[in-house]
Amino acid sequence: MLQKEPIIRISNLSKQYRIGLDTTYNTLTESVTNFLKSPLGALRSLMKPYGTIWALKGIDLEVHKGEVVGIIGRNGSGKSTLLKILSRITHPTDGDVFLAGRVSSLLEVGVGFHPELSGRENVYLSGAILGMRKREIDEKFQDIVKFAEVEKFLDTPVKRYSSGMYVRLAFAVAAHMDTDILLVDEVLAVGDAAFQKKCLGKMEMAAEGGRTVLFVSHNMPAINRLCSRAVLLDGGRLVKDGPAIEVTGFYLNSVTEAGALRSWSMSTAPGTPEVKLTSVKLVKENGLPASIIEVDEPLKLNIGYYVVQPHLCFRCAALFYTQGVCAFVSIEPVEYEREAAGHYHSILSIPSNLLAEGEYTVGVSIIASRGVKFRYVQIKDAIAFQVFDSIKGSSARGDYAENLAGVVRPRLNWILSYGGADKTVKDI
Amino acid sequence: MLALDLPELLYYRELLFFLAWSEIKVRYKQTIMGVSWAILQPLFTMILFTMIFGGFAKIPSEGIPYPVFSYSGLVLWIYFSNSVSQSGVSLVNNSTLISKVYFPRLLIPTSSCISLLMDYVLALVILVILMAFYSLLPNVSILLLPLLLAVTFMLAAGVGYWLSSICVKYRDVRFVLPFFVQLFMFASPVIYPSTFVSEKYRWLLLLNPMTGLLDAHRAALLGHKNIDFNGLGISVLVSIIIFITGIIYFKKTEKDFADLI
Repeated sequence: MLQKEPIIRISNLSKQYRIGLDTTYNTLTESVTNFLKSPLGALRSLMKPYGTIWALKGIDLEVHKGEVVGIIGRNGSGKSTLLKILSRITHPTDGDVFLAGRVSSLLEVGVGFHPELSGRENVYLSGAILGMRKREIDEKFQDIVKFAEVEKFLDTPVKRYSSGMYVRLAFAVAAHMDTDILLVDEVLAVGDAAFQKKCLGKMEMAAEGGRTVLFVSHNMPAINRLCSRAVLLDGGRLVKDGPAIEVTGFYLNSVTEAGALRSWSMSTAPGTPEVKLTSVKLVKENGLPASIIEVDEPLKLNIGYYVVQPHLCFRCAALFYTQGVCAFVSIEPVEYEREAAGHYHSILSIPSNLLAEGEYTVGVSIIASRGVKFRYVQIKDAIAFQVFDSIKGSSARGDYAENLAGVVRPRLNWILSYGGADKTVKDI
Repeated sequence: MLALDLPELLYYRELLFFLAWSEIKVRYKQTIMGVSWAILQPLFTMILFTMIFGGFAKIPSEGIPYPVFSYSGLVLWIYFSNSVSQSGVSLVNNSTLISKVYFPRLLIPTSSCISLLMDYVLALVILVILMAFYSLLPNVSILLLPLLLAVTFMLAAGVGYWLSSICVKYRDVRFVLPFFVQLFMFASPVIYPSTFVSEKYRWLLLLNPMTGLLDAHRAALLGHKNIDFNGLGISVLVSIIIFITGIIYFKKTEKDFADLI
């Protein structure tokens, strides 16, 4: 098959920033006085190689038309610099960028808005700043206003808008641009959940419409839902490129100190002289540890511990935390006596369609309550993982794509009753 | 050499209009006096100068009543000085725009110089009233007025390109700038005629590109004397040089704006 020309081609892209302000002068008077004070010293400091940092180093990337690519990485890994170079705000120190199409970028919501101007005026002003022609804005004006839900306030200065309205209008303008390539930087960090949902929806539409999207975000479930492919940047280098699920999983394992798997040596293992926790891991059906999980995947939590003192009676407990609360706790129903010393594993099965979307951390306790109450092990964030829903229709949300609250989301049955006849509401 | 991307500038011409238009709108919205500021600034300056220079100092005014004489100079001078001051700091004042979105940066200082043309036109209304009051009529040379304004625009924009790009790197320019603009006024024939300066030092005055423009502007409006085309020629030449070198310097430094600002 003939490989089509990529719409974005980046080769050996590097960007260097100067650091260390003590060698460069920010004010003219400072430069001049410094030169007068010690002409030689000033010259020497000019010759001296200043401190530099490579924000990007040797990036190679090709993106084809219609691809939606997530860009992930820690703060300072070069994600935003990459978008800034692609949108021509800043120039690369080295390397080439080839873009076969019109680019629009949304690096910050509300760029070009003037608080004194009315909503209507700001639509035109910021639209023009983002690169739209007046005719284009005229055509889309009604859609923009409708999307932003500000029809009634069009002639009010935007400084009187609520922050929600302001952000909605600003995003609406940018989202209605008809460009081949859309660059989006963490816009989902602003606005409430409903707005974030709306932005994601708009971006999904952009992708379905055959536009090419590069999307920077820390929101891994969003990356997994929107992007087929993701690239991971670390320290200005491209360290991983592949299917979004794999790359986000790799990233989460590398950043969260606690990934889906955690183990301790006997000397560092938490616990008491009687029993020590040696490992905690979350595995999928295939037995491999996983930190990114689809909502409809069954899981197993494997708690490994070493019993030093024989005939010890206790039970294991697993605590699931999300959104700052404990979603649920599961404990072994009885206190077993571990008769022999040695390695044990307690394995908890978590059915599919129980957890909600989001980030979970798992705490593990080993406790005794019969006779003497005692807590042998208590560790709050042993491991962490993320759950997402790709909305295939088989999960608890069915085909509903809007925000859903709740820390768990079991799939339950619904019955529709009408005129004495019951009908099960089936998913598609 | 001149790496001006003309098709791109043409594409963004509507943005230039929107930027200038929003500047006008915001300028008049944020002040209590609104539009009248455009008139009051030259009017009050004129009254003050008439009292000091026309009244006490008795500065000659080429046979024209001093209020009309000084006001006809002030209108153009205020357009020039406001354009230079505002375009000079325009890049620094729009730092979020520069670091968050791409469009030809040249539009930012240019739009300041365009939006102030509005103030100039408004201030001209008072001049018409003053001329009517003193029964002064312009002659055919008033047809040169648009050209003179265009050259002044080029000069102001050229200086604006230089200053705004320097200001990105050296922030103290914005503090020194108002002082120099003020000083420069006294080195230009705004409130005195160029003949006021003795022959020996006249050439010095002519090096200032505003000299020829102010003289010609006054002569074109009031028709009290013939336009000195030699002096005007020098001004036009200097203005074009400043305009073009300004663009060159601006384009050369432009790619680092987002990193420095």
